[in-house]
Amino acid sequence: MPSKIGEIIQASTGEFMAQCYELHQPPPFGSLVKIREGEVEIYAVVSGAATTSIEPGRRPIARGREETEEEDIYRSSPQLAKLLRTDFTATVVGHREGEGGRENEKGERLHHYLPPRPARIHSFVYMCDPEEVAAFSQSLDFLSILVGAGSQADELIAASLRHAAAAHQDPRDFLTRAGKELAVLLGGETNRLNNILRRIKG
Amino acid sequence: MMEERRLGIVVSGSLTKGVEVRLDSAMSVEDIAVGRYVTIEGEKRRFFGMITDVTLDAIDPRLMTAPPDVSDPFIAEVLSGTSTFGRLHVLPSLTIGGDALSLLEGPQPMKTVPTHFSVVREASEQDVARVFGLVEEKQFYIGTPLDMETKVRLNPAELVKRSNGIFGKSGTGKTFLARLILIGIMQEGAAVNLVFDMHSEYGWEGTSEEGRKVKALKQLFPSKVAVFALDEESARRRKVSTDFVVEIGYDEIEPEDIAMLRETLALTDAAVQAIYRLSRRFGERKWLESFLALESREEINELAQSLGEHEATMAALHRRLDSLRRLRFLVPQARDNAIQRILEYLDRGINVVLEFGRYTDYTAYILVANLLTRRIHAQYRERMERAMGEDIAKPRPLVISIEEAHRFLSHELAGQTIFGTIAREMRKYNVTLLVIDQRPSGIDEEVMSQLGTKITCLLDNERDIDSVLTGVSGKSELKAVLAKLDTKQQALIFGHAVPMPVVVRTREYGSPQSYKELGFREALELKKQAEEDKDLWG
Repeated sequence: MPSKIGEIIQASTGEFMAQCYELHQPPPFGSLVKIREGEVEIYAVVSGAATTSIEPGRRPIARGREETEEEDIYRSSPQLAKLLRTDFTATVVGHREGEGGRENEKGERLHHYLPPRPARIHSFVYMCDPEEVAAFSQSLDFLSILVGAGSQADELIAASLRHAAAAHQDPRDFLTRAGKELAVLLGGETNRLNNILRRIKG
Repeated sequence: MMEERRLGIVVSGSLTKGVEVRLDSAMSVEDIAVGRYVTIEGEKRRFFGMITDVTLDAIDPRLMTAPPDVSDPFIAEVLSGTSTFGRLHVLPSLTIGGDALSLLEGPQPMKTVPTHFSVVREASEQDVARVFGLVEEKQFYIGTPLDMETKVRLNPAELVKRSNGIFGKSGTGKTFLARLILIGIMQEGAAVNLVFDMHSEYGWEGTSEEGRKVKALKQLFPSKVAVFALDEESARRRKVSTDFVVEIGYDEIEPEDIAMLRETLALTDAAVQAIYRLSRRFGERKWLESFLALESREEINELAQSLGEHEATMAALHRRLDSLRRLRFLVPQARDNAIQRILEYLDRGINVVLEFGRYTDYTAYILVANLLTRRIHAQYRERMERAMGEDIAKPRPLVISIEEAHRFLSHELAGQTIFGTIAREMRKYNVTLLVIDQRPSGIDEEVMSQLGTKITCLLDNERDIDSVLTGVSGKSELKAVLAKLDTKQQALIFGHAVPMPVVVRTREYGSPQSYKELGFREALELKKQAEEDKDLWG
């Protein structure tokens, strides 16, 4: 079982927010994470992360004037780690369940569309290992969800493709395939397409 | 059976204008060539057509104004076939297979278009063979479609039922094509040929564009071809074995024959009228001799007065007709009747090539070709009518080949020359034309429209292309194909003798192997055969 990295604190059908167990260590932007929801496993792409004070009203203050190293701040004020939190958001891109959809070698079925129910609060969030990433990104249907994912959609698409490419045996071939899929999805939006392509050409 | 390469899918189209095909992203437009065949797999039947245009297209017009950074191979690869893609214009013309009728009767003319997104593939050799007919051994074929091995059959028996045309600008291989077709007609005995060979290229020997000598009909089929010469000296110099030297007596020249020369001799209408008067005065067989015998100005003036003609007209006419004397084959009294000889040969099934030798000017060509053809046609007509009335054998089909046809069949002359009549009357009297020309726009429209099969090499004059394609469905599409033919060994064939327009790479002509394929046998081989036969029969 891969290690869990956080816990859901806010969830909807299309996206969720989770708090990291480790301060300052959210999963990388664009990486694939998953959540168990009964029989269903929900896949999501990390779409952003933020570290804030645990109390919305109390903002952190600068403390390092007397210190030489940044790490010394945390050493001299150990309570800081308890007063800060790192949250991340993720966009749901698909799920896996027993029946229907594309079957992988284990007889499980991957769907590249939204699950029937959102994840429950306090569900654990796990990182996906490279094999899972490769299996999930065999189909590029999830790109159509990311294309409409808000203001940072293009960055998100580029980042998720870079991550997925690393899990494939022939990253170049994968990126070309993905690029062609995007070219169709963004038929009338040449500028967006060009931006994304420039970000994934590596 | 191996699946042929998939090219793309049908995205739009109409029966009259042809269909649009979006190329698959894996295909490059550069692998496509206009004139190639494709099959389209519709829901219920398969369609067979020809690529007539290739277009570049893009999803977003902004791509053209702000092109992406294609110097990066990754971006270039992603965009090709997706944002930017190729489109083919396909002119489907037949349905093959699919329903019972087309299985029984072969390809059928198309009456509808394939559905949206039907898959388009390159046509297989079998498909092409099914459309153009399997060529059996010893059967004549004209060439192969572009990039294919299948032979395209041109059925000589079908071909000679109507008049046909071979067109193309000079140096594109008209003469080679014509020679091939004449051989095809001879090989299968579909008809007997009479060739008016202006440049002496069909009888004994011709030259290729590179200046290489190639064998012509008489060398290939000595027993089936007779060479008639107008110019004995030239024939002797070229070491051509002639069968007959043609002489034409003044008495055989009728006023109509001279009227045809109106343009080349620059005769006025009044002069032409005067010729008819002369013939009434001196008699049909005597007029030219008698008129040319007048020598002094006084005699001519006297004649003019008695005929009620203008003196100047008469003098000019005399001067012009006097120039005919330089044509040595015109003699006051011919030793033999050339027309009768030609007919005799033709009757025996021997093809006649009439070489003009040094008389390569239009006056001689038009005069002789018209004169002979008119008489021959009259005889054929008479025999054909007799054959119909008395239920006897019809005369052998005759194909008359003429070069520089626009000189005979121009708009002004087509109504008067015998060739215009033959082209229009067509096969009623078993005489058809093979028109060989480089300026089809100069040929009368009515005549052009009567040509059954047109074989055209590269043409680049807009008017010529238009006139060749008059009345053909898919004209604008074929126009693109025609203008893009290679200058050598390529021809577009369409019309009566082929089920659909076809671009062929014409078969080779000029190598020993090609002669052999065309049925030529070396003397040694013939001798061996003769000996074997002798052994057999004792």
